[in-house]
Amino acid sequence: MSKTGSMSKISRRTALAGLSASAALLAMPRLGRAADETIRIGFPTPLTGPFAAEARDQVKCAELAVKLVNDKGGIGGRKVELLVRDDKLNAGEAATRTLELIEKDKVHAVVGALSSAVQLAVNEVTRARGVIYVSISQSDTINEAKDFSKYTFHEALNPHMTTAAVARQTLKKGMKVAHLVADYAYGHEMLRGFKRAQAAIGADNVGEILHPFGAADYSTFMPRLMSMRPDVLCISNFGRDQANAIKQAVDFGVKQQMKIVVPVILHNQRLAVGPDVFEGVVGGANYYWGLEAQSKSAAAFNAAFKAANGGAIPTDYGAYGYSGVGSLLAAMQTAGGTDIDKVVDALEKLQYDLTKGPQHYRKCDHQSVQSVLVLESKKKSAMGGENDLFAILANDTGSDDMLRSCSELGHAT
Amino acid sequence: MDLSLIIMQLLSGIALGAVLVITALGLTIVFGMLGVVNFAHGALFMIGAYAGLYLASLTGSFWWGLLLAPILIGAFGMLIEFVLIRRLYGRSIDDPLLLTFGLSYILVEGVRIVFGSDGIPFPTPPQLIGVLDLGIGFFPRYRLFVIALVAVVLLALWLTLEKTRIGLIVRAGARDPTIMQVLGVDIGRVWLAIFGLGVGLAALGGVLAGPMRSVNPEMGSLVLAEAFVVTVIGGLGSIVGAVVAGLMVGISISLVALFAPEMATIVMFALMAVVLLIRPQGLFGVRGRTA
Repeated sequence: MSKTGSMSKISRRTALAGLSASAALLAMPRLGRAADETIRIGFPTPLTGPFAAEARDQVKCAELAVKLVNDKGGIGGRKVELLVRDDKLNAGEAATRTLELIEKDKVHAVVGALSSAVQLAVNEVTRARGVIYVSISQSDTINEAKDFSKYTFHEALNPHMTTAAVARQTLKKGMKVAHLVADYAYGHEMLRGFKRAQAAIGADNVGEILHPFGAADYSTFMPRLMSMRPDVLCISNFGRDQANAIKQAVDFGVKQQMKIVVPVILHNQRLAVGPDVFEGVVGGANYYWGLEAQSKSAAAFNAAFKAANGGAIPTDYGAYGYSGVGSLLAAMQTAGGTDIDKVVDALEKLQYDLTKGPQHYRKCDHQSVQSVLVLESKKKSAMGGENDLFAILANDTGSDDMLRSCSELGHAT
Repeated sequence: MDLSLIIMQLLSGIALGAVLVITALGLTIVFGMLGVVNFAHGALFMIGAYAGLYLASLTGSFWWGLLLAPILIGAFGMLIEFVLIRRLYGRSIDDPLLLTFGLSYILVEGVRIVFGSDGIPFPTPPQLIGVLDLGIGFFPRYRLFVIALVAVVLLALWLTLEKTRIGLIVRAGARDPTIMQVLGVDIGRVWLAIFGLGVGLAALGGVLAGPMRSVNPEMGSLVLAEAFVVTVIGGLGSIVGAVVAGLMVGISISLVALFAPEMATIVMFALMAVVLLIRPQGLFGVRGRTA
């Protein structure tokens, strides 16, 4: 009602001004499409909710990757801009934001998403519109043929890689293994990975407990887990669930009876509950700043991050933001711009080394082949400083053998 | 399935229920006596945990945090009542509901600005670290302490309400505030104290939960939902109802976790639905009550 009222109040003068402005806008693209148009990268990530800490690190590192490219003059003279959106850890929200990024903000590519369900939603949208999407979520269902498209790339590690590396370090033939698993895609994929690895090693499964996603209390699962009498307890959940589950397991004296192992050990969650709780917990990781002792790329990445963030160190999930955006920008650099087919081609051929050593996207499913770290949380007394959180137990060099085969994922070989 | 496992499971259910009881109690008292549905209850629970942590690190002792945080946050609650809620008495029930709902956002965002949105470690007090051998299994000392403390608080609350003059005024004020005013009781002061008590109990729940969970700005949102479920099952405004329902929910979650762990969260909502179908006013609620 009030809208029509205000409409009628528009004077001829403003109407004319508006008309000429829109005419100018219409004329723009003809003048434009010039080399100086900025390259826009959409970046949906869960800035609110239980994964907020990891998401914020992703943003910081993604911004760093953009800044470094812009400092060197951009891509073919074009500046790069990062458009960060809060997906609220909700698939519907993520789909809406991604659609807006594509339709309204006209982004040239999308990088981001942290949770498995959200990643699938983003991929649905980008795939349907033929926009490149580099996922930095650990879940890898989008690499399977049914969800895959040539525009889909997966920079993060996947459950198969991390669980295999962790199992190799912690399990032995004949050991008894119990699982506490978050009841959603991430947990299920990690459980599948662990079971496959333990079958290959010859360890026995003594039980699995699925817990609701986002649970605050894990005490009710502990008596049953203890009664299974395992040698190793694998806790496959993410974010605050990991912190709460490990803390309460430790309260129940679980560590006196068995070793706690996680598929992915999280830097921020270790900070959130402290060294005593995490002491001795072993888990996989894509990145740890301490890698700088053995990797020049890590040292360079740490230095750049420190310079941009007042001396702070980059975290595991932060590194994904950096390499996800960084690899895409490197490919655009090679392709000389944003032509989608050329960038896809460049990504497929790209050999990159941004944070920890050589990486490349496998041709059939666009999974990034990369090294996997296995870390052990340090005892408080063994820490050399407040950032000295983990000891590196293993740094497995990346190879195609680490991945499920192309045919297993349903791709033509 | 052996008996000792079931007993251990019952015990963890009681410990879980104890925290639920403390938080639901504050919610139900404030509703029962003031007719205010406090949507900021979860946020105040979280503020309590942060205050406890801050005071504990300031004084170097968990016990000071446990004692002072509920008092301090309770006083803060009285301030909220005095400045904000008081103006809305006599108006529709939605008004204070919307006010506290908005307040909860402000509190959560405020904590995010001051303490950051990452979790902060809340160490278990050194005297209560570790497990106690109960003969049939091990149970964390801290959780046993929580059960005991909640029992003491409940007893103290019951004695105050049932056996003292103040308790008499409070109970009478809930029944008929107008008559109380006619009799010369300053009902405004009673309501101020009640709201402070409710908020203090939320803060106590927060401090108690701190060492069991990681402390973060969102920790209150789940707690608010749980406290509401408990309050509805027990009957809005009923103290006995909150206690019985809190323990019932804790034990149900725990026993369901034994057989169908993925259902552990849903069971309390299922329980609520069943109770509402059979007794819409809740287990101990009064039919048709509008406070």
